[in-house]
Amino acid sequence: MLKTFKIGGVHPPENKLSAGEKIQVLPVPEQVVILLNQHIGAPATPIVKKGDTVKTGQLIATAGGFVSANIHSSVSGTVVAVDSVPDAAGLSKPAITIKTEGDEWMPEINREGEAAWDTLSKEDIVKAIAAAGIVGMGGATFPTQVKLTPPPGNKAEFLIVNGVECEPYLTSDHRVMLEKGEQIIVGVQMLMKAIGVSKAVIGIENNKKDAIAHLQQLASTQTGIEVCPLQVKYPQGGEKQLIQATTGRAVPSGALPIAVGAIVQNIGTVLAVYEAVAKHKPLIERIVTITGKSVKHPGNYLCRIGTPVSKLIEAAGGMPEDTVKVIGGGPMMGRAMVNVDSPITKGTSGILLINEKEGARRPMRSCIRCGKCVSACPMGLEPYLLARLAMANLLERLEEERVMDCIECGSCSFTCPSARPLLDYIRLGKGRTGAMIRNRKK
Amino acid sequence: MSTLVITIISLCAIGIVSAVILYFVAQKFKVEEDPRIDIVEGLLPGANCGGCGYPGCRGLAEAAVKSDTLDGILCPVGGAATMSKIAEALGREVSVQAPKIAVVRCNGTCDNRPRTNRYDGAQSCAIMHTLYIGETGCAFGCLGCGDCVNACQFDAIHMDENGLPVVDEEKCVACGACVKACPRGIIELRNKGPKNRRVFVSCVSKDKGAVARKACKAACIGCGKCAKECQFGAITVENNLAYIDFNKCRLCRKCVSACPTGAIHEVNFPPRKVEPEKAPSTPVEEEKKNEQL
Amino acid sequence: MDKLLISPSPHIHSGDSIERNMYGVLIALIPAFICSVLFFGIGAIIVTLTSVVACLFFEYVIQKFILKRQPTIWDGSALITGVLLAFNVPSNLPVWIIIIGALVAIGIGKMSFGGLGCNIFNPALVGRVFLLISFPVQMTTWPLAEGFHSSYVDAATGATPLSLLKAAVKSGESVNTYLMDEGFVGYGNMLLGNMGGSLGEVAAFALLIGFAYMLIRKIITWHIPVTIFLTVFIFGGILNVCDPEQFVNPLFHLLSGGLMLGAIFMATDYVTSPMSHKGMIIYGVGIGILTVLIRQFGAYPEGMSFAILIMNAFTPLINRYCKPKRFA
Repeated sequence: MLKTFKIGGVHPPENKLSAGEKIQVLPVPEQVVILLNQHIGAPATPIVKKGDTVKTGQLIATAGGFVSANIHSSVSGTVVAVDSVPDAAGLSKPAITIKTEGDEWMPEINREGEAAWDTLSKEDIVKAIAAAGIVGMGGATFPTQVKLTPPPGNKAEFLIVNGVECEPYLTSDHRVMLEKGEQIIVGVQMLMKAIGVSKAVIGIENNKKDAIAHLQQLASTQTGIEVCPLQVKYPQGGEKQLIQATTGRAVPSGALPIAVGAIVQNIGTVLAVYEAVAKHKPLIERIVTITGKSVKHPGNYLCRIGTPVSKLIEAAGGMPEDTVKVIGGGPMMGRAMVNVDSPITKGTSGILLINEKEGARRPMRSCIRCGKCVSACPMGLEPYLLARLAMANLLERLEEERVMDCIECGSCSFTCPSARPLLDYIRLGKGRTGAMIRNRKK
Repeated sequence: MSTLVITIISLCAIGIVSAVILYFVAQKFKVEEDPRIDIVEGLLPGANCGGCGYPGCRGLAEAAVKSDTLDGILCPVGGAATMSKIAEALGREVSVQAPKIAVVRCNGTCDNRPRTNRYDGAQSCAIMHTLYIGETGCAFGCLGCGDCVNACQFDAIHMDENGLPVVDEEKCVACGACVKACPRGIIELRNKGPKNRRVFVSCVSKDKGAVARKACKAACIGCGKCAKECQFGAITVENNLAYIDFNKCRLCRKCVSACPTGAIHEVNFPPRKVEPEKAPSTPVEEEKKNEQL
Repeated sequence: MDKLLISPSPHIHSGDSIERNMYGVLIALIPAFICSVLFFGIGAIIVTLTSVVACLFFEYVIQKFILKRQPTIWDGSALITGVLLAFNVPSNLPVWIIIIGALVAIGIGKMSFGGLGCNIFNPALVGRVFLLISFPVQMTTWPLAEGFHSSYVDAATGATPLSLLKAAVKSGESVNTYLMDEGFVGYGNMLLGNMGGSLGEVAAFALLIGFAYMLIRKIITWHIPVTIFLTVFIFGGILNVCDPEQFVNPLFHLLSGGLMLGAIFMATDYVTSPMSHKGMIIYGVGIGILTVLIRQFGAYPEGMSFAILIMNAFTPLINRYCKPKRFA
């Protein structure tokens, strides 16, 4: 019996259509739009202005606070605008638009070789990561350097690498593990050094047997790195779920993973860390899955940050006729897009085109109190109750029922026989309760 | 027979013992309250709508008794009449406030504002607002899920066939529940105005003119023509959006004709006469006219 | 293209629906229905059909003309109520009584609370208990299981194992000798269903097949039925060990009367049972204990319906205080 987390969870159809497709390089677009808030926290502050010439990998905006990240140009060319553009949700967001002219990289980026990193200290590695503007690439986009410097009083015991990719359809992490396994292992060692631990666990779901075998073979020559195959169950990629699955430890309510001595990093982040430290390459491109049941050529592409999503769709054979929904991310937690010309960001793990058959939600029926949402909730909450309390706006009760523990995985809405939009309401209630708690603290 | 007697006696005994216990408990935990609170509460409408900003009518009553001046305390449902009764009961002065009404400031009908996508989530403006721009290209306008309708306890606001909420002037008591419910802040409490006549900018879009115009034909584009036209300085343009201060507005309606997009609305005015070109009346005349009406 | 759908996540659904679950329960009831037709003949078919048609009719009428909403009679819930009501009455019950039962079940048991999902008590049991109290003679005149035959109201009647038990307890004799003297059918026949009783409750093995089917299709979880079985067995066993003369073998409790039908199909009714696993176990224990208590000490021979209804009333309380196991 393979390891997994203890309570709840669902098993949506995997649909990993692009699992067998090698990573291809998407051509550099004529123009990129680089959003200034691709991470959680304060938006970055632009340091270029209209008319400036920039090179690929050049710093164009600096972190706007402690929880923030640097942003680099992903192409070489001229800055044509520093203003607001509509993002995927259609809302205006600050951005830098650059017109591509050639592809001249910053000279310090070591594209071919690998710089020695053994001599670097712990702080050097964290600094290099911060300078490269690396954020959590699983979708949460939390600045990595902040995660690597735990608050005083906490001691990290191990690094957990998230290679679970529990979202249906997505395969970018899978391909990275298969094709860039060597770099991943080095990246893991860098991160272990950066946080000062001697043990790392790479958690991978058992539907990626080839990746498990590949990494196991690579890790066998290294000390302290263990590859942990996991039972296939959603949402195993949730931080708390993954920690429980791999180590058996449960992160208490409201606490960070560091409370049980764990720091979790995504596979994509590990690769970015490797490139930042060994190649001095900032986070200017990432691997994105483009997939969907009606897509002609589902695949995995290495895209420059800021490439319009529509270019990626073109590369996969164009938007199928029956597309009703374009999703940035996976089908369980991704966000539906209004604007397909919006740019790819650091957190875009995939673009999913959903066809008519899967697309529309069914009309909502009355709750039959079957309790399936309760059984499915991986946090042991009662979604039916939370949704009802959220509708009635009873924030104190919501807090009592631990709405703030909700990880918004969507297992409840996924499983509801009455097709009730449970998570929609819970998310609303969670937001309002969070605001209430913050106000109280003031 | 004895069963019956025993039953009656034991029930009586239980009753008496409970009554004694209750009496002492009530004595022990008695809360001293100002009796005037009950009096004031009796004067209030008892809808517990929360429109005054206090938790229910009793909340307002408590605040009114505690406060020395009654400043800032207003029951929007009962209005000035109720407040003067309360002031009388408490022996205080009351400041008279103009009656207000909820005004929906959005022009985004289906014709004016083309849809760009279809929303398929839970029917709630609040959820839609946190998710994305909305079904149209306007990030400021009405979302159309009717959170305001659900919030209204007086059945005074309804969605019309254009997908916009419409306030029933007869029923609206200006409690402000819809103002709080609207995640986009479209609804505003404005002075009811003489004979219910009002002029207001029916748009809250802060987008630049071109963007706003593209999203909605009847958007305020912040051109400032209305502000130039206004002789009373009632109109300010800020962040590409005009706003009419209802305290300064004299209801001359010139701004309505000046607006190139028709974003400024006038309500409850008699239909305009198709007048031949003549010199505009002076503000004084205009005011007199208003008084006569 | 410019009419993209937008919704919050998740963007996919398991495909589970009310219908899938309700019709799944109906499929699980088929083996028991076949058995009852084999044992009780044409009466089983007449009673079931009447009950189902009456339930659908009342549901339609109430939704359409009283509640004035779109009728949803084909969601399967009224069908289940109809079938379960029929399964809980003798197969020789006159048609008019069944129709009254259906009216009470749907009208009072379900629709008066607001329809599917809002009712506190299991509608079929509300109907059944109403009939039991209103028409005690007709409701406790049990036809014998005589193999398939075409006689309906005039079918030959006799005692059920549970009514024998009650008579034995009242007679003051040793329970086991009394049962033997009065022609107790034996445990093998009880498992097969070859005994008197309500039309759907007799064939324990057929009900267990339905249970297995519902578990495989994940329509219900094991918690409620298994807890009831265990509680009845253990509690009955303790009583039996204390005084075998007065208290019957626990196996008798498990196989007799409506215990299987109630535990598998009625206690597990989604709407009226608790939501969390812990709550389900408390609920199951409560039903088990109450059933044995009523059977051994109460006035009625069968306690399952009352036990379930009583625990239904506790369900909101259980939901309020029995929280699922939280993460950490």
